[in-house]
Amino acid sequence: MFNIVIVGVGGQGTLLASKLLGDIGLSLGYDVRVSEVHGMSQRGGSVITYVRLSNDAPLYSALVEYGEADIILAFESLEALRALPYLKKGGKLIVNTQEIPPMPVIVGAAEYPKNILEKLKESADVYATNATEIAVECGTAKAANVVLLGMLSKHLPFTYEAWIDAIKRNVKPQFVDINILAFNKGREA
Amino acid sequence: MKKLMLGNEAIARGAYEAGVKVSSAYPGTPSTEINENIAKYKEIYAEWAPNEKVAVEVALGAAVSGVRAMACMKHVGLNVAADPVYTASYTGVNAGLVIVSADDPGMHSSQNEQDTRMIAKAAHVPCFDPSNSQECKDFMRIALEISEKYDTPCILRVTTRIAHARTVVELADRVEPENKPYVKNKKFISMPANMIGRHVEVEKREIALAEEASSMPINRIEMRDKSLGVITSGAAYNYVREALPNASVLKLGLVYPLPKDLIIEFANQVDELVIIEDMEPFFEEAIKSWGIKCYGKEKTGVLGELFAAKIAKEFADKEVEEVEFEDLPARPPVLCPGCPHRPLFYVLNKLKLTVCSDIGCYTLGALPPLNAVDTCVCMGASIGMAHGFEKALGREQAKKTVAVLGDSTFSHSGMTGLLNMVYNRSTGTVIIADNSITGMTGHQHNPSSGYDIHGNSAPQVDFEKLCRAMGINDVHVVDPFDIKLMEKTIREALAKDELSVIISKSPCALIIKQTEQPYYSDTDVCKKCYMCMKIGCPAIQKKAEGGVKVDETLCFGCGLCASVCPFGAMKNE
Repeated sequence: MFNIVIVGVGGQGTLLASKLLGDIGLSLGYDVRVSEVHGMSQRGGSVITYVRLSNDAPLYSALVEYGEADIILAFESLEALRALPYLKKGGKLIVNTQEIPPMPVIVGAAEYPKNILEKLKESADVYATNATEIAVECGTAKAANVVLLGMLSKHLPFTYEAWIDAIKRNVKPQFVDINILAFNKGREA
Repeated sequence: MKKLMLGNEAIARGAYEAGVKVSSAYPGTPSTEINENIAKYKEIYAEWAPNEKVAVEVALGAAVSGVRAMACMKHVGLNVAADPVYTASYTGVNAGLVIVSADDPGMHSSQNEQDTRMIAKAAHVPCFDPSNSQECKDFMRIALEISEKYDTPCILRVTTRIAHARTVVELADRVEPENKPYVKNKKFISMPANMIGRHVEVEKREIALAEEASSMPINRIEMRDKSLGVITSGAAYNYVREALPNASVLKLGLVYPLPKDLIIEFANQVDELVIIEDMEPFFEEAIKSWGIKCYGKEKTGVLGELFAAKIAKEFADKEVEEVEFEDLPARPPVLCPGCPHRPLFYVLNKLKLTVCSDIGCYTLGALPPLNAVDTCVCMGASIGMAHGFEKALGREQAKKTVAVLGDSTFSHSGMTGLLNMVYNRSTGTVIIADNSITGMTGHQHNPSSGYDIHGNSAPQVDFEKLCRAMGINDVHVVDPFDIKLMEKTIREALAKDELSVIISKSPCALIIKQTEQPYYSDTDVCKKCYMCMKIGCPAIQKKAEGGVKVDETLCFGCGLCASVCPFGAMKNE
């Protein structure tokens, strides 16, 4: 069983990532729960999505609760730090090192935390890269989510072909090539 | 065939398979995707209605005419639709009618934590509560069948964690039912003489359904360890199964009326009876009133959502490690870069007005640094409340008060309030923030967008003509990005001894898509006055060394920062 928590900032494409993970799970015969966030929090607010995949124990709840995540996939550094309580002891944390300041930081009411990577490394097995920069190299910043999925793919027991098929099923045909490129770069990162 | 489906998508699929032919809805989180998915089935007529009351009336008309029909809304929408729902319970429906109401425990995207089950009981309407997407689909069909068998509307109630969770669903084909013949019948005329007899039928129906409920497969006993028995439903059932895997469970699918015989049978088989339900003590109060010993809410409370760890802690004495939270900067939602509400609320903040606002993206004008909202209660309340301020405190108050509401909110519940202002001689000022779309719920079309639910061209309401036809003479259409003109127009409207409407017209930045050249701050010109920080644009950040930088990947090129910069330091060429 895998409990995965995906966090980021509204508009970053976390929903495609969770949908794709759920889809790949279903295609391989796993039972699947994906819990999404819609509405208010999509306007640049913190977003959190839970993905649960199981091929042994039955699944009921669609939530991953505190201390239960095997892997956190964070699209943004501050959100990675915020999500840390969800991680199991010794769990893995894949993080995009991009920093997006929230409004309280922009207006000067709060400071963006310093040394986030060091803090994360104190309690997690951290895999960090600037996925947004890699995505820009591939042709669009929007593919950062697929770069991160590429990184995640190395920590899940699904074949490369299963991932590529899932991308083809969930991405518009004109964007398939660029997303496969981004996925491969993420796998190498 | 198996498919991973959102609960809302599965409700739409259930409607499709069960032969629903008409669906009307008003968008609202967490219900919006139901009708969006219905619209993909060409066999079903789907529409966005201006509000939930209209949606239920449309669906009721369709059902009475003889075809299966549905209306979808969020929980607070059911309040708007309450009038037809309560009386449709008396009139009956002919063909099946299901009203889907999506509750939001935890208030992820809502203004309260109201429990639809309470309304179902008050209206004497059967209510179903699914636990996953497969049940969303199955319960939709069962609700339609019960609706026809007992001649009553049914409510399918979902919660956020069911509506917005993807789980596996087994698909089936559509079964097209025969239309039921429409026969003129006085039961559809809600005059007292007719309804006195209908109330008798409502009572009989409810007793009969409560009896059948004890043998319905969707109310099922799962016998395990008899020392602890749990009665539960919906999302709470999932948490109970994870937190108390050995407990015996009575899982309720039909949550109103309750299967009394089945509940007594279950209570008699277990040593200790616990009720675990999200929101109100709806089951618990009923079960206690039958003299059955049980408890639940004294442990779980009524605030927020349930989750498995909480249930394990309260009912299995499981040690739950205290979670340590670091004090991190919050990330509240914000108005998007290029949003036309930003310049409007910038001006409202500058004028230090009392702003009765409303439900929509523009509620975010309440947050720093715009801080330009005094009230926000329910759809359309801005207009009534601004009028109340004026009538309570007089003309002087009207000179510093505005009502602000969006185009979709105005169509939903603003027009009657505005007519009240006209009729009762208001001198107030109403601003319609017209971005020509229903923004917050994810860009659904509405009567002011010019398109229907399928994206086909549709008649577009002309708010200026509408306001003039209501008898308002002082009506202005202003582009909010012209902040000088907007400020002047608002000042003049407030000063006038008559009712004024200002239509702040500029499309939602997310639907225009084509982005202008991004701006940058010319450091040679910038005097570090930080006026540009007062608009609260996520694309503008203060630099550590002083001055500002514009994130060009976020900048929309709207130019508002350039409009407020006194030194011309914000440039895009």
